[in-house]
Amino acid sequence: MSEHTITFEIDGVEVRASHGQTVMVAADVAGIYIPRLCAFDGLPPYGSCRVCTVKINGRFQSACTQPVAEGIIVENETEELLEFRRNIIDMLFVEGNHFCMFCEKSGNCELQALAYRFGIAAPKYPYMFPADRNVDASHKDIFIDHNRCILCARCVRASRDLDGKNVFQFVGRGPGKRIAVNAQAKLVDTNIDVSDKAVEVCPVGAILKKHVGFTIPIGQRKYDHEPIGADIEANKQ
Amino acid sequence: MSDNLETVVKTICTGFENDKTRMIDIVRELQECLGHVSDDAMDLIAEQVGTHRVEVESVVSFYAFFSKEQKGKITIRLCDDIIDRMFGFERIKQAFSDTLGISVGETTPDGLITLEVTPCIGMCDQAPAVMINDEIFTELSGDAAVEIVEQLRAGIPPERLRRRLGDGNNSNPLVSAAVSNNIRKFGEVIFAPLECGNALRKALSMSPNEVVRAVKTARLRGRGGAGFPTGMKWDFTRAAEGERKFVICNADEGEPGTFKDRVILTERPELLIEGMVIAGYAIGAQEGVIYLRGEYAYLRPFLEDTLQKARNMGMLGNDVMGHNGFNFDIRIQMGAGAYICGEETALISSCEGLRGDPKNRPPFPAQKGYLDCPTSVNNVETLCCVARIIDQGAGWFSQIGSKGSTGTKLLSIGGDIRRPGVYEVPFGMTMHDVLEMAGGTGAAAVQVGGPSGELIGPDMYDRIICYDDLATGGALMVFGPERNLLEVVEYFMDFFIEESCGYCTPCRVGNVLLKQRLVDIIHGQGEPSDLTYLEELGASVKATSRCGLGQTSPNPILSSLKNFRPLYQALVKEGQQFQPTFNIQNALSTAKDIAGRPSMHFAE
Repeated sequence: MSEHTITFEIDGVEVRASHGQTVMVAADVAGIYIPRLCAFDGLPPYGSCRVCTVKINGRFQSACTQPVAEGIIVENETEELLEFRRNIIDMLFVEGNHFCMFCEKSGNCELQALAYRFGIAAPKYPYMFPADRNVDASHKDIFIDHNRCILCARCVRASRDLDGKNVFQFVGRGPGKRIAVNAQAKLVDTNIDVSDKAVEVCPVGAILKKHVGFTIPIGQRKYDHEPIGADIEANKQ
Repeated sequence: MSDNLETVVKTICTGFENDKTRMIDIVRELQECLGHVSDDAMDLIAEQVGTHRVEVESVVSFYAFFSKEQKGKITIRLCDDIIDRMFGFERIKQAFSDTLGISVGETTPDGLITLEVTPCIGMCDQAPAVMINDEIFTELSGDAAVEIVEQLRAGIPPERLRRRLGDGNNSNPLVSAAVSNNIRKFGEVIFAPLECGNALRKALSMSPNEVVRAVKTARLRGRGGAGFPTGMKWDFTRAAEGERKFVICNADEGEPGTFKDRVILTERPELLIEGMVIAGYAIGAQEGVIYLRGEYAYLRPFLEDTLQKARNMGMLGNDVMGHNGFNFDIRIQMGAGAYICGEETALISSCEGLRGDPKNRPPFPAQKGYLDCPTSVNNVETLCCVARIIDQGAGWFSQIGSKGSTGTKLLSIGGDIRRPGVYEVPFGMTMHDVLEMAGGTGAAAVQVGGPSGELIGPDMYDRIICYDDLATGGALMVFGPERNLLEVVEYFMDFFIEESCGYCTPCRVGNVLLKQRLVDIIHGQGEPSDLTYLEELGASVKATSRCGLGQTSPNPILSSLKNFRPLYQALVKEGQQFQPTFNIQNALSTAKDIAGRPSMHFAE
């Protein structure tokens, strides 16, 4: 840790961090899990899913974008925040068409894993069942299923910042906001490659690789073994 | 790909030095020129300015005034605001629709005219209103609509349609708009007579620090709605490191019911320019930008001319007013139909040629704003106040109004009142006195501060217009006893759904869910627990949304639930079977279509 050490508090636990770190990164190091969907190691913070909402000195902030400061008091696992986070996860489930039972991502899906962690059996909001989400299977190695997209922008950022390609960007606004590809029509018309980082980072089953489906059987997948966040909580001293 | 398209795109892009941060201007010009921005055009723009086509599409698809599909040569946009709905929107819509033979969203078969609706265009005091290309027509009747269509079909361009010109500068040849100022009360700050250049001359005789101190001593707070202390904002911007700094004037007045900035821009643009130059001097900026909402494009030639006159007088340009080394100039950035761009970081995104997505804070604009440079974004009215403070003194200003809310406030008052228009009043007036002044006694409710504000009833008319009580950017919408307030609430929710940028989950999804349940209740399908559902969901959206839009978007529901609960209670029914919001016939409709017969078990 650098010489500029900052001390602050998360749910009464003292946490040490360096200047410029975000609350989320500092919490990760300290073994405190703050749930998240759009945040991803190696990508710039984005702050769109709002699952990581915490209360800092009484104000709601996204932990993934908020820098640490000396003496701040962060609330993380309070009843109020857990309720807000559960509501956001519910919103994402009803906004798209998420049918875990026949999704290839099941067991590796971060949205599904968060729902399990929060004990969500069924969302409290009515399903929207959008009928205008399509599937782009034009590319030989990759497909996009817009039914499952949660608009987290991980693919947008990974393609731009890690692959240097800008294959993805958002179009439209409000409830009509969608991921689009850098071509007049389909994914096959872009320069995306199956080895691109953008293909790896999708938290849900919206961007998947072809030819490798179910290579790892259901039951032996990442979140079948341990709940989401367990790896971070293992850092706890 | 036609050669012609290539030439047009090239010419337009080159006109903006192939600068991709000027994307809004590039797309705007192409849209005006060709009536749409096609797939091919997006490819060409991307190539010309050196970006990716999906970035161009991202911008084109974000703003309401841009479209991928071919539009007519003329676009008629009906102002679909709640006040317009109260004063004949349906009648006008029907008249245009019948005469043109098309529905809203369609274009006439000859490709001449497209008919659309748009949220508030800032003409609530003269509803119903429409925009025809950039021209504004107000207080329309059905007959006038028919006549307009006939003239357009006869080949008369929108700017030469017959109309009665408005008062003041509305009849200036560069404006020539059928818009009325309706200034009902002239106060001593904004609408007092103006001696051009006085304030700026005084400012330049002070040090920048003294200017900031004067603004602080006057206790000036932002007039756009949030009420942040202006002097403090300037201090931050001034202290931030950076060679290049900016002053941006937020003239994206889009809160439904607000129209006071339109009147300032028409009658006091010189005062605004002086305020901006003073701001530039105070924070050490060299460049200013006026972000003008797309709906006010008709004011642009007049404002450009006013800027030119200021340049000729030496108030803009190098060595402003002979002050050695202080260079400052202003450009106008047009918006393109997006309410969210009134949010200061979304406005900056838009100025940079991007979608109008708000930015993450920190860093704040004062540290890292437009083009990553320290930027102060101030409201039109705030900047005008600055010029008066410097001219008349901080002491003079701080004696007007109330202790925590110094100076005057422009109120845009519309709806069920006898004298709609703009009123400049000192802070501290009660709502009761405001209503009496505007001829609205007997009002059943007032929406204070637009949809993001608060709906109050007669038992609250002793509340006070000031930052500590009824804080408002100035919009007051007055509703008489015969109005259906839940219809108003539903309209406001539709507005937020339409105008959400969609960046964060709670605002994008939560508002749709809120509105759905509200509609269920209005249709008699709600039960008492649904009121708790709305309150809990609303609290979630407010707490977790990323910017001011989402943090206030549940207010129409939450404030009406708080202040007008009996309206909801009369509609919800206790002890209904199962889930009253669930409608079995709706749920079965797809299955019925497939089966080609009604359900055997659930009779209709």
